[in-house]
Amino acid sequence: MAQTTEQRYRVAPVRSRGREWPFPLNLYQSAVGRKWVMALTGMGLIGFVLIHMVGNLHVYEGPARMYEYAESLRTIGGGLVPEGGVLWLMRLGLLTMFVVHLHSAITLSRMSGNSSEKAGRISGAKKYEGGRDHIAATFASRTMRWTGPIIALFVLFHLADLTWGWWLGGDFVPGDPYHNVAESLGYLPVAIIYVVANIALAWHIFHGAWSMFQSLGVNNPRYNHLRRTLATTLAGLILVGNLSFPILAQAGLIDEDGRMCPVGEVEGNACLAEQGHGAAATGHGTDSTGSVSP
Amino acid sequence: MGGGHGETISVTLRVWRQDGPDEPGRFDVHHQTISTDASFLEMLDLLNEELNAAGEEPVAFESDCREGICGTCGVMINGRAHGPQKATATCQLHMREFSDGDEIVIEPFRAAGFPVVRDLAVDRSPLDRIIEAGGYISVGTGAASDANLTPVPKVAADQAFDAAACIGCGACVAACPNSAAQLFTSAKIGHLGLLPQGQAERWSRTETMVETMEEYFGSCTNHGECSEACPKEISLDFIAFMNRDYIKAKVRNRALTGQH
Ligand code: HEM
Ligand code: SF4
Ligand code: FES
Repeated sequence: MAQTTEQRYRVAPVRSRGREWPFPLNLYQSAVGRKWVMALTGMGLIGFVLIHMVGNLHVYEGPARMYEYAESLRTIGGGLVPEGGVLWLMRLGLLTMFVVHLHSAITLSRMSGNSSEKAGRISGAKKYEGGRDHIAATFASRTMRWTGPIIALFVLFHLADLTWGWWLGGDFVPGDPYHNVAESLGYLPVAIIYVVANIALAWHIFHGAWSMFQSLGVNNPRYNHLRRTLATTLAGLILVGNLSFPILAQAGLIDEDGRMCPVGEVEGNACLAEQGHGAAATGHGTDSTGSVSP
Repeated sequence: MGGGHGETISVTLRVWRQDGPDEPGRFDVHHQTISTDASFLEMLDLLNEELNAAGEEPVAFESDCREGICGTCGVMINGRAHGPQKATATCQLHMREFSDGDEIVIEPFRAAGFPVVRDLAVDRSPLDRIIEAGGYISVGTGAASDANLTPVPKVAADQAFDAAACIGCGACVAACPNSAAQLFTSAKIGHLGLLPQGQAERWSRTETMVETMEEYFGSCTNHGECSEACPKEISLDFIAFMNRDYIKAKVRNRALTGQH
């Protein structure tokens, strides 16, 4: 062992464990357990991001199909539950995962911080005068604590932008996502924010989707090499899908030049609903129903 | 990679000096002309002889076996735990890894759980606390049992042996940006948890060792710096093994299964 000489004094613990909470809450008390929770919530968030991205591809089918998709989210569960009920449950689950993921990220980062400080002349993050090569750590793994907060801020921005319509003002039409997306992402500064944030998101997932297997203890030497492939693929898919929205909006592919329905919450949405349902009922694409965006 | 056999190189050393645990530290600069055949620690020995001869305090550093098996040595060399050569403890490092004119920054392993004792010597006894918490198997002593009485599958034996190669040097903690001790702890847990003899205490061991580790060290973010710095190249797979066993240990109702 490392120390062969007699101990002059005992190194004091950096932190004490405290009283154990009842199962399963005690899992969250330890860093290993908390990291496990972080990986699970991260996995859930990746699932959401993926579905969210795929769902939004409906925007390329035009205003009516986009309207119908948004409407279908509200009616998940059919007549069994009040309209929007399942959607709200999903929102609640999502919010919980987000908050728990954030809380674990912040507390574990702090734990690592105070395990490194007081370590000689340098406080805070551990640094060596001789520099650090970061031989194994990737750029993504070292920037999780930057990309994470960027995503968090972006989520707030995104909700304010397209859910609450804070700055679209009169241009924001509840229930007409196509219009709102075209309106907001058509504005260059907003498009830039979307691009930057989604690069951060893909970066975060590039490390996260690899790291979560370690944290969950899902490890099999036969398949371990696939973890990197999976993480890269996931990050790549999400990057390409999500970046397409601001970029193509800027390129003029998501616009309302050929829109058939008027824009407006009452009359416009009723028209979109009719077109959308008509398309679904006849099984035809959007073109036959008159909404001609690509 | 620097000079070849029997060459002599001149290097500038910037060595961390600290008179005691609570004293402020500083870098001292020394110039050394040394054979590339010398080991890194021999180079420090020669430096200390010069310092002694000049009536100055020698640089405190630790070593024992000087053949890479005891885990006593270990310093940061130009920001890398145990220096630039892979799979090598500080005592196995030779000056041929450096070139004429190099500046070499030598610092102690740093972590809040590794307070500096003096100069380059740090107190790594928190690693002993982790071992005390469960890094052993309890066997009833008595007549020695027959050899090979307990069959061990070859793959399990191989893996356990890989884990057992850990010499407890603490380079993993020093290299980790989070000052986490996951690689060390998981090597010890993996070594015992893979063998039949280690099963009786597998779950309680994992629980207590992990929780003791967390009293002193940081939280792993799967950078992989530890395994890169490790003189024994312990695999990150052991960390996943430990994580899995920790959750299992917590979920299992050990009171019911009689494994407490
Ligand atoms: C949609 C959003 C997000 C997704 C899909 C996501 C996904 C993930 C995943 C899968 C992990 C890996 C967990 C593990 O290592 O076991 C992770 C880790 C992490 N996340 Fe997130 N996350 C998101 C948002 C955030 C936010 C908002 C923050 C921050 C404030 C954050 C901070 C972190 C940190 C610090 C880590 C640990 C990094 C590490 O282990 O090196 N994440 N994330
Ligand atoms: S895991 Fe490697 S670096 Fe860490 S203490 Fe063991 S031998 Fe040293
Ligand atoms: S002195 Fe024993 S491992 Fe280096």
